[in-house]
Amino acid sequence: MVGSRRYDGSTIGRSTLEPVTLHVNGIERRLFVASHRTLLETLREDLGLTGTKHGCELGECGACTVLVDGVPILSCLALTLDADDAEIVTIEGVGSVGNPHPLQRSFADHGAAQCGYCTPAMVLTAKALLDRVPHPSDADITEAIAGNMCRCTGYLPIVRAIAAVAAGEAP
Amino acid sequence: MRIDPHHGVVGRAAPRTDALAQAAGGLVYVDDLSYPGMLHGSILRSPHAHARIVSMDVSAAAELDGVHAVLTGADLPVAYGLLPVAQDEHALAVDKVRQVGDAVAAVAADDPDIAQRAIELIDVVYEPLPVIATMDDAVEVADEPIHGDGPRDNRHREVSLDFGDVEAGFGRADHLREDVFFYQGNNHAALEPHGAVALVEDDGRLRLWSATQVPHYLHRIVAKVLEVPEHRIRVTANPTGGGFGAKTDVFAHELVAAKLALVTGRPVKIVLTREEVFYAHRGRHPVLMWIKTGFTADGEITAMWFKTYVDGGAYGSYGPASLLYTGQLQTTTYRIPAYRFQGVRFFTNKPACGPKRGHGTPQPRFGLEVHLDRAADDLGLDPVTIRERNLVRPFSTTVNHLRITSCGLAECIDRVVEASDFHAKRRNLPSGRGVGLAVGAYMSGAGLPIYFNDMPQSEVLLKVDRGGLVTVYSMAADCGQGSTTMLATVVGEALGLEPSDLAVITADTDLTPIDLGSYSSRVTFMAGNAALEAAMRLADLILTAVADELELDTDDVTLGRGVVVAGDRRVPWVEAVRMAEARWGLLTAAGSYKPPKDIRGDYKGAGVGPSPAYSYSACVAQVDCDPETGFVGVDKIWLAHDIGRAINPLLVRGQIEGSVHMALGETLMEEQAFRGALHDGPSLLDYKIPTALEMPPVESILVESIDPEGPFGAKEVGQGPLLPVMPAVANAVHDALGIRVDEVPLRPDKVLAALRDLERGGEGRFGPTELPPYEFRRPLPVDPPPELR
Repeated sequence: MVGSRRYDGSTIGRSTLEPVTLHVNGIERRLFVASHRTLLETLREDLGLTGTKHGCELGECGACTVLVDGVPILSCLALTLDADDAEIVTIEGVGSVGNPHPLQRSFADHGAAQCGYCTPAMVLTAKALLDRVPHPSDADITEAIAGNMCRCTGYLPIVRAIAAVAAGEAP
Repeated sequence: MRIDPHHGVVGRAAPRTDALAQAAGGLVYVDDLSYPGMLHGSILRSPHAHARIVSMDVSAAAELDGVHAVLTGADLPVAYGLLPVAQDEHALAVDKVRQVGDAVAAVAADDPDIAQRAIELIDVVYEPLPVIATMDDAVEVADEPIHGDGPRDNRHREVSLDFGDVEAGFGRADHLREDVFFYQGNNHAALEPHGAVALVEDDGRLRLWSATQVPHYLHRIVAKVLEVPEHRIRVTANPTGGGFGAKTDVFAHELVAAKLALVTGRPVKIVLTREEVFYAHRGRHPVLMWIKTGFTADGEITAMWFKTYVDGGAYGSYGPASLLYTGQLQTTTYRIPAYRFQGVRFFTNKPACGPKRGHGTPQPRFGLEVHLDRAADDLGLDPVTIRERNLVRPFSTTVNHLRITSCGLAECIDRVVEASDFHAKRRNLPSGRGVGLAVGAYMSGAGLPIYFNDMPQSEVLLKVDRGGLVTVYSMAADCGQGSTTMLATVVGEALGLEPSDLAVITADTDLTPIDLGSYSSRVTFMAGNAALEAAMRLADLILTAVADELELDTDDVTLGRGVVVAGDRRVPWVEAVRMAEARWGLLTAAGSYKPPKDIRGDYKGAGVGPSPAYSYSACVAQVDCDPETGFVGVDKIWLAHDIGRAINPLLVRGQIEGSVHMALGETLMEEQAFRGALHDGPSLLDYKIPTALEMPPVESILVESIDPEGPFGAKEVGQGPLLPVMPAVANAVHDALGIRVDEVPLRPDKVLAALRDLERGGEGRFGPTELPPYEFRRPLPVDPPPELR
């Protein structure tokens, strides 16, 4: 007979809350957050920006991608405090159903989303690419989205959707 | 009655109705729900693969500030299981645990951090029991079987069937071939982890949201386990972040969230971690198989004997059906005049397996298609010829009593062979490169429901308001496959309306009539037919009312695009529906669908395999292998699919490309592997799925055989296109390197081992040779259908 490893509860208690200022989708947000709070948790749970998704906790699936100072990062591996003063763009800052970004329109038209769970992160990754390289090759696009898993589409319509925007074919 | 589309809505490549919301991050998945006062649940899971729970002390967890409730197995004592014949699970372990990750206790707390701390404070004393890790272990009589009392083996189910005279068939064969294959298990790896939110409504009824493909089955099982009547529970399936079968079972977290909401009176959310998803599993069964087939000299099959050994993991789940699926669909592609199927599913102390895209059929399809390729080599035939010699005939009955209707398989083969230039490339590409061919078939919906009943399997309700809006109500759950868009398209086509002008309310047990769920590729065929029937009835009401109002013969009144054409008048849709409401009162129509009864036999086991229609696929894979590293690269996939009719070609191609992705993951890299009974790497870091860099180009070819019973002639596409890809790659690797890896996945180390075998003068094979020491019972003889006697 064995007992499980018993946790004595001695370290139970809340971490200190630290002040942080985030610029999210152009709006300044001043918050107090625990030092261990991830940017993903802050965006989803404190700011209600649920377009950013949780998929794996380990920075492998890419569903939590947001742009920090224009660069795609994995918000599940980023501490909120490290984003102090940074410019953060989430999918909500890219466009909306009523006023979609050309990438969002192109993803819709090309069937680039099936379940849609990886889609916000894919759109943000694509936006970061096109902001940096306006006319990427298909190989550039494939390389850029290689850190974002999609389980539904086989990636092919995603590449087509991004290439169409780069070629100026999307509205 | 066959109905042809003529409004240009069906057959048009159009985006999903929610495509922009998806791209804008606006779809509300279950983890995106939040309610005032919502608590967060967390589940304590077993670190042992097999152990008795001696004692459990939850007092420290219960006393922790911010904890509102703690549950153990005693709080949810009712056993359940998705199949009536497999009621072997508990929401929280009662007495013992049967796999690492079994749910043992649960808490609800103010936030996820407190919930996590609380479960760490629960003290469980386990008495470890001998672990049954493999099928070889499971064959032996154990003092402590995984299920049941007293010494016995860990066999779960066995099937042993003889269709026709197999020995006579072998007797008249010119050539006999035997092969052994192993297909490793793998996980769905849907991007969205499972989750549920529950609360008690103002009227005291329980409300449950879940990332589920089967709201109806979830509804029934929550009622059973919580001992609350079904009419006091409302279940809603949120848009699901990928299903693939992962969310077709009922899981501990759903039952626990519901119970915690009842106990606390507060909303409760539980979302699984990725590690928990690998323990919840219900993915592809590992299957060891042995095939013996007799052939005439010109390649005609005289008889086949197929044995499967299926590693089920710790629970029944869909297992009794999964087991039958490893034997039943072989006859849907080839004429097999005599067929013996023997299969056995074992319990082992590993996460329970269940349905994953293709449910029980990719494993035998891999074995069968590679086996045929090797037989073709033996007989000096090419891979196309041996398949064409044996192709199932449209509108026939198989030896195991499956009804075949439309079948575009011959055209699928022709199209991929031509598009890929298969004949010119085979045996002629430079060393290391090769091509392979394989085919497959899949059901457009399981012919029978999970629980026996004579009611429809899908029902659709339409309601029209005075603004002309048609609202479609269906329980079909959109797990990404596009069922909501399909419903809008079918109804839109039937009524001459744009799909985007309809409203579709889905997957809510209070609001929508029954659809059994998004599994077995059943929704387009079954919900589509129910929707079409409802729409035709609605059209009839409207046309009759307009004819009466305008004093015309009903034959002179028809539907146009957004209008009713009445003689020489064009009555706008809104005006027409107002005439109809004045004539009939509230304008509603209902449709329902139940598969015909004559699609199956009446032997024990005949309930698994029949379908109102089968889709067909053929695939050519071209590979580029590195003999130094053993790495198999896929250059291109050609895939032709008999879809019946493509209701929306954009979504159909999406299913084909997605199937190829998932198939290549299984073929080359994915495996739910274990050290003993401990998962080898329950994370997406360790469990590799193909990224964009590994994805080859896919040439999708749609073949439309126009099924006589499908809605507008449509059949399924969600699962069928996956099936031929694995064996096509394996056959291509043989063409490239002259080796046979008779296992999935075809890892580089196995390729290298086969190459070493070849260098040493062996046959260049890597794969299993031994079968478990298990004696099947004597096969039950089943008479073939009259036309084959």
